[in-house]
Amino acid sequence: MSVLVLTEHSQGVFKKKSLEAVQYAAKIAQDMGTTVTAIAMGSVGAGEMANLGNYGATKVLHTTDARLDNLSSKAYAKVLAAAAQKESAKVIVGTHDTTGRAVLPRVAARLQAGMVAGAVAYPNLSNGFIVKKNVFSGKAFANVSITSDVKVIGLMPNTFQVNKGSGTASVENFDCGLSDGDFKVAVKSVNKASGDVPLSEAELVVSGGRGMKGPENWHVLEALAKELGAATACSRPVADSHWRPHNEHVGQTGGTIRPNLYIAVGISGAIQHLAGVNGSKTIVVVNKDPEAPFFKAADYGILGDAMEIVPKITEAVKKFKVNQG
Amino acid sequence: MKILVCISQVPDTTSKISFTDNNTVFNGQGVTWIINPYDEWYGLVRALELKEAGTATAVHLVTVGKADVEPVIRKALALGGDEAFRIDSDSNDPYVVAAQIADFAKTQGYDLVLCGKESIDYNNGSVGAMVAELLDMDFVGFVSKIDVTGGAVEVSREIDGGEETDTCGLPVVLSCQKGVAEARIPNMRGIMAARTKPLKVVAPSGAASLSNVASYEMPAAKTGVKMISADNLDELVNLLHTEAKVI
Ligand SMILES: Cc1cc2nc3c(=O)[nH]c(=O)nc-3n(C[C@H](O)[C@H](O)[C@H](O)COP(=O)(O)OP(=O)(O)OC[C@H]3O[C@@H](n4cnc5c(N)ncnc54)[C@H](O)[C@@H]3O)c2cc1C
Ligand SMILES: Nc1ncnc2c1ncn2[C@@H]1O[C@H](COP(=O)(O)O)[C@@H](O)[C@H]1O
Repeated sequence: MSVLVLTEHSQGVFKKKSLEAVQYAAKIAQDMGTTVTAIAMGSVGAGEMANLGNYGATKVLHTTDARLDNLSSKAYAKVLAAAAQKESAKVIVGTHDTTGRAVLPRVAARLQAGMVAGAVAYPNLSNGFIVKKNVFSGKAFANVSITSDVKVIGLMPNTFQVNKGSGTASVENFDCGLSDGDFKVAVKSVNKASGDVPLSEAELVVSGGRGMKGPENWHVLEALAKELGAATACSRPVADSHWRPHNEHVGQTGGTIRPNLYIAVGISGAIQHLAGVNGSKTIVVVNKDPEAPFFKAADYGILGDAMEIVPKITEAVKKFKVNQG
Repeated sequence: MKILVCISQVPDTTSKISFTDNNTVFNGQGVTWIINPYDEWYGLVRALELKEAGTATAVHLVTVGKADVEPVIRKALALGGDEAFRIDSDSNDPYVVAAQIADFAKTQGYDLVLCGKESIDYNNGSVGAMVAELLDMDFVGFVSKIDVTGGAVEVSREIDGGEETDTCGLPVVLSCQKGVAEARIPNMRGIMAARTKPLKVVAPSGAASLSNVASYEMPAAKTGVKMISADNLDELVNLLHTEAKVI
């Protein structure tokens, strides 16, 4: 018996959300009296894999095939299902992101395992196997009971703080006979904003809406984001007007994020916008209209003009950082 | 090329969400049901465009649900599509839904299966990839562009912090999001035509559900916003550090 985790890496470095998934799996394994086996795909170094022990993995199964450096849902599912069989896995954990959402349902269907996509808590094992997830775009939670023998969980990124412990995982090569037919999706080109904090993983996010008036004013948000080490996001009309790139658009039709801090500037707080951000731990709203609905969903509010307030926040953050040393 | 578009029915985005029976049953009273926006605006419209361009020969719609979903599938037919199929099954577990669709599709010879990135009620985004697995097809998720030339498909898909362009063959299952197409509004002619288009009811296969919702919860209400003076933003930063502990 074991708990398996699908990991993701970027150029050989495990993503933070995968460390979170390993840590999450470790807690489940502990509750079930078993251990965690992580699955690593493609080109990643032995040291990096052994370090997954710091987050609770006992063993890493490494499928070295370099074709796995690009996502193939078919190949990934095949590796995971074969590993699940080898390890007699009862629970398979991954991340609820573009990779996990392509791979985990495939594995679930293959193994006829019940699945919870977008878990936001540890499973409750006191009466069956119940996992809490967001439903209705963050307006409610469902406690989903998985009734099959094997269970699959996609963990919503940024649900738990990642704490580095100490430990070393053993690493084993794992070959399950992948064939050319598993790699029929080929990457033609990649277009990636480099250097910035990726929005889906960001702990701090500064976001702007139509109240920013135009793209020429975004520098004040970028300055604040830079000072905080935050990612930037925006409301849908902002992306639709091409003031900002589409991958920054959050909400029901855009990305869903759960940062620790979401600073919303000049955004009214329409229900479809909130759907993408209401999992944020703390929300700060800057708006010139005291009736803006976003204030009702906020923890802290500042009434006033964006162009005046935001630079002042940036200054205050600067000062705070100097005082903290 | 034959296209299958998967359509699910969901509560309108502005619906008030509440539960009955000690928080175990979704309260559908007063809820307006709509076509899942990702299915309507993107998957369906792109399929229609491919048919209009002569690339696709047939566009079929499928939904898994009881008779009460028929008005919504009729609405989808009003936008276009040749025929619709309703598989007469509950739709509470993604595996059951996927197994029904796969069972139906496997004898129909679809080249392209389009679904939405997720249903806006349960926010899973699981059905498409499950269907792909059950039909042993490729799957690409979160696509924002679909071009078909001959037997080859080029798609753009979301990745962390950007976008990737992939090529793949047919058949393939794709989950669609913003960018794939522009939403259309049904016109009178479409609405009239939809009335006479075939909507076939398909008997369900016996897939067993692997999960169920034990209960629902509402998120804890915000305790109320703390307003901070624009002249005292040090206070904000202080609170973010000491009270919220986020910086
Ligand atoms: C099905 C559907 C899906 C949708 N999906 C999304 C989605 O995914 N994401 C999304 O964001 N929206 C989405 N929308 C749109 C959504 O309903 C709102 O229209 C949108 O979020 C509004 O964007 P906004 O707040 O930037 O603009 P507005 O509503 O125009 O609000 C601007 C705000 O800025 C304030 N303001 C103006 N000037 C200043 C100033 N100088 N300083 C400070 N504040 C100022 C105003 O008081 C106002 O509150 C969707 C809508 C539908 C119907
Ligand atoms: N009951 C259903 N009938 C037909 N298609 C569905 C159904 N449920 C989900 N789908 C399709 O699968 C996609 C993802 O749904 P989900 O996995 O429920 O989030 C949707 O956008 C639909 O295209």
